[in-house]
Amino acid sequence: MYVGKVVGTVVSTCKEKNLKGLKLLIVFNVFEQDRSRTEIAVDAAGAGVGDYVLVTIDGGAARMALGVENAPINNAVIGIIDYPELYD
Amino acid sequence: MFFGRVAGTVVAARKDVHLEGKKLMVVARADHNGNRTGGMLVAVDYVQAGYGDFVYLAKSKDAGFPVPERNAPIDAGIVGIIDHTTVVGEQVDACM
Repeated sequence: MYVGKVVGTVVSTCKEKNLKGLKLLIVFNVFEQDRSRTEIAVDAAGAGVGDYVLVTIDGGAARMALGVENAPINNAVIGIIDYPELYD
Repeated sequence: MFFGRVAGTVVAARKDVHLEGKKLMVVARADHNGNRTGGMLVAVDYVQAGYGDFVYLAKSKDAGFPVPERNAPIDAGIVGIIDHTTVVGEQVDACM
């Protein structure tokens, strides 16, 4: 999992059938310097643009969070973080 | 999942038996605006994407989930074609 920030959404009508009804968010890793390396995460926590979120990196965890049997996904937003803090 | 632009196709007569009937496409990695950021890969196409389409892909074993038999050697798959992305501050239309 990593701490991400939601910067946008993706609209995709023509997609794999198991992805039907899943909201797609654009997130980037907050603790990485390169902010342009964005990924797509399926929303499982009701996050919106601008939220700090907890994002899985393994598809198995993502499917468990969404309860979808065989959706081809890698990342899922499984939590909304109030304030991420890095000490060093 | 990550963004990509379809850059070409791959025709392979001799390949793994599980890849039979699967369309293989060359995809260049892209950012959320659709601009290529380099890095080409071959992915199985599940959504009939065409050349130049702004798509998103699943990687590793999750890309093999749309295929019924679980032991297909697929580690990247095009799972959707993007109509448009809305990034904070600017709306980006995919067909540009």
